[in-house]
Amino acid sequence: MSDLVFLAQAGQSVVDQWTSNFWLAAIVKTVGVLGFFLVVPLAVGYMEHKVLAHMQARLGPMEAGGFHGWAQLVADGVKFIQKEDVVPAAADRMVFSLAPGVALVPYIVVLAVLPLGSEVFALNLDVGIFFVMAVAGVGVLGVLMAGWASANKFSLMGALRAAAQLIAYELPLVLASAGVVMLAGSLSLIDIVEAQREIWYVVPLFPLFVIFMIASLAELTRPPFDMPIADSEIIFGAYTEYSGLKFAFFLLSEYGGIVVLSGIASVLFLGGYLPLPGIPIPGPLMTMGKIFALSFVVIWLRATYPRLREDQLQRFAWVALVPLSLVWILGVAFVKVAVD
Amino acid sequence: MATIHTPAEQKRQGIGQGLLQGLGVTLKTMLRPAVTQQYPHVKPDLPARTRGVIALKESNCTVCYKCARECPDWCIYIDAHKESHEPASGGRARSVKVLDRFAIDYALCMYCGICVEACPFDALFWSPEFEYAEYDIGSMTHEKERLEEWTYTVLPPPALEVGAEPAVEPPPAEAAS
Repeated sequence: MSDLVFLAQAGQSVVDQWTSNFWLAAIVKTVGVLGFFLVVPLAVGYMEHKVLAHMQARLGPMEAGGFHGWAQLVADGVKFIQKEDVVPAAADRMVFSLAPGVALVPYIVVLAVLPLGSEVFALNLDVGIFFVMAVAGVGVLGVLMAGWASANKFSLMGALRAAAQLIAYELPLVLASAGVVMLAGSLSLIDIVEAQREIWYVVPLFPLFVIFMIASLAELTRPPFDMPIADSEIIFGAYTEYSGLKFAFFLLSEYGGIVVLSGIASVLFLGGYLPLPGIPIPGPLMTMGKIFALSFVVIWLRATYPRLREDQLQRFAWVALVPLSLVWILGVAFVKVAVD
Repeated sequence: MATIHTPAEQKRQGIGQGLLQGLGVTLKTMLRPAVTQQYPHVKPDLPARTRGVIALKESNCTVCYKCARECPDWCIYIDAHKESHEPASGGRARSVKVLDRFAIDYALCMYCGICVEACPFDALFWSPEFEYAEYDIGSMTHEKERLEEWTYTVLPPPALEVGAEPAVEPPPAEAAS
């Protein structure tokens, strides 16, 4: 079976329209995805600095770069590079060094299938959303590896919490997207967006959207679901022993995760690159606007709510989110069959 | 605004309202201007009688050493010598103490203000100046010239209350000039 059979035929990327050379296109797409991954999470990180500060009646960074501290995260990056890279003596060196990469790469890979516009994407997979869920789930392996290899009780606790949390919340996340897939009749992210031309899925599937956002927060271990790095209980969870560039990689994967899951949520529920009726804004800008709006909500929730307890978190997932999403999927299935 | 509810009331309302109120509070705070003062760029808005540093009006000092002796952590250094001179009108020689050195070690000072209280001749004042940070702990000892400069921003004492006894002496700042 050829490698390219599973590639969808519908929709053609701008890069493929521009050149038919496979290798040139691959390089351009890789550079594009990597560039996107290095710039947009930094912007979201800066937004977090500023939004969080203003929600606490502060100003946030104001010095680095001159204008309202826009270069703060660049300065942070330079600082992280200069720091000593400490590996604990008892640590499993190989796994310890590999973990940040394992946590980071899945989000970059997911970005490859995220459509920014009807023709602005790197790959249009037939199995798009399935691919996203499968690859995004790999990230937790990085956290587990980090926790185990650190040879530190707190790290291990954090890693196990992260794993338990990911198992609990992967389910509502997948179920919520399953509802969208059933309604759209396709797994391809582009097809899902196109299916929303009449109405964005956030309207008929609002509870699933809420479930998806809550589960995303938990997937990213963002407050109020940040028990795996609960600093008042287990220092910094799996990242306790990390310093310098490796720690920066974990931070980058957190912000990258916000961007990726906001992107997926905007594709599934907010009509991706589809503009608001009557307002002609180019698709990529529309997608970016939705990503930043959802990222804002993620930061807003962080500023507002305290951390849940570990057992509350598990209870909430299994007792509330999973049954609720199952009921909604059933409802969607009935409506779909009845209408067809 | 968020109001305090009894547990029974909270149960009746469910959890949703509190969660939404919380979001409202953070959003409102974000839209209000921040309270941060951009200090090095913008001078802080301090009360006029801020107790920033202790200043010395040298001409009021009689070298009585009371401040140095009352100081709980001995951060005041005073050196003086005695000069005697014959009055032109004749009679015995009069002696007067001359202040050579008056220094406060601000690395030791704990800003208790006891010296200001103890000074019988209004030579020590609280000054609103506060920008005297140094790069070296040894440079934290400030001499009388610097202490004198800090008196320039000291306000005259507040007016007496209505019905109070009239002041016996004119205010010290005027007496010195």
